[in-house]
Amino acid sequence: MVRKSYGDPVAEDLRYVVKAIIGEENFVEMYPNRSNNFCCGGGGGFLQSGFPDQRREYGRIKAEQILATGAKYCITPCHNCHAQVHDLSDVRNHPWETVHIWTLLCLSLGILGPNERAYLGEDLKDVDVFHPESSNF
Amino acid sequence: MAEQAIKLGGKKQSTFIDKVKEMLPEGGNLNLCLTCGACSSGCPATGLEGMDPRKFLRMAALGMDEEITSTPWSWMCSMCQRCIYVCPMKINIPQLVYFARQSWPRDKRPKGILGSCDIALRNDTCSAMGATEEDFQFVVEDVLEEYQEAQPEFAKMLAPVNKKNVTYYLNQNSREPVTEPDEMVPLWKILHLVGADWTYGTKGWAAENYCMFMADDDGWRKIVETKAKAVEDLGCKVWLNTE
Ligand code: SF4
Ligand code: SF4
Repeated sequence: MVRKSYGDPVAEDLRYVVKAIIGEENFVEMYPNRSNNFCCGGGGGFLQSGFPDQRREYGRIKAEQILATGAKYCITPCHNCHAQVHDLSDVRNHPWETVHIWTLLCLSLGILGPNERAYLGEDLKDVDVFHPESSNF
Repeated sequence: MAEQAIKLGGKKQSTFIDKVKEMLPEGGNLNLCLTCGACSSGCPATGLEGMDPRKFLRMAALGMDEEITSTPWSWMCSMCQRCIYVCPMKINIPQLVYFARQSWPRDKRPKGILGSCDIALRNDTCSAMGATEEDFQFVVEDVLEEYQEAQPEFAKMLAPVNKKNVTYYLNQNSREPVTEPDEMVPLWKILHLVGADWTYGTKGWAAENYCMFMADDDGWRKIVETKAKAVEDLGCKVWLNTE
């Protein structure tokens, strides 16, 4: 989305959204970023092309970028990225969680129900921000 | 980067790169390469199958058509375009890769992509997982009802299907209705809270397009046209694709 169509301005818009959701102090930038970032390797059909070893080798750069941030959550923008980044974490014994932005947005609004938390880690699974009626408990 | 020297086959008899050049605006800048290597140094696919983008381009330029059109590396370039971004000459290597994919006999292309493309072409939903119009509508309505009951604050939330003349037509990746339907709900909640006027459609609802990855131009076009028609037939103003 950033490199192919809307350019860096849309990357800024998304940073605004993410920081508004999780708080500026919880946002960790990866390097390189924006148009200069690396593809995770889930795109272009790679996930379905039947070359899992090569795909994971391709994704090593992305995995190292994520690990270098020390962040516990990586937000991914589309299904291909989600599946690939999730798999990259999986094969490393889950050093990070991989989430869609809608999950965190709903969590921050206090409207994320118990069945919508498949991709949250143990630390956030039971977090209920405002609304007790959509609670786990 | 190569372990052994590349042998060239006598007289240049290239057709592949010339054909590609004819098809691209400005010839894709394919003969402007400075061999600087910026593309390869920042390409995550560098090294796979002993290939990298600069080498791929050089081999094409040298007329090594057979190697270019048979290396499985074509399926390991994710078309991310980082090489174009860093290239001083803005050379379109992924487009060259796309045409290399296209040179593979259709039935020899990767099974996973081929199967998904063919299934999507089978019906108007464009679902690569083969979910039908009825399946989709049933899952959406079923999940909605469940949430309206279980979460009273969302009793009035809607997930319309085939609603006419609304602002947004929303696509949905098949993965959710087929394998993890609860994952559709957070987006519905957000749309509900902001008061968005939106709909799904039974036709063209699936967001994915594997025929594009397959480099199957006709299939790709058919899927895009089917989806665009679905949006137009419902009279929606904006087509939202979450892919
Ligand atoms: S970055 Fe561009 S000019 Fe440099 S080697 Fe790659 S294709 Fe050639
Ligand atoms: S588009 Fe392909 S060749 Fe270019 S950087 Fe991405 S993976 Fe490498």
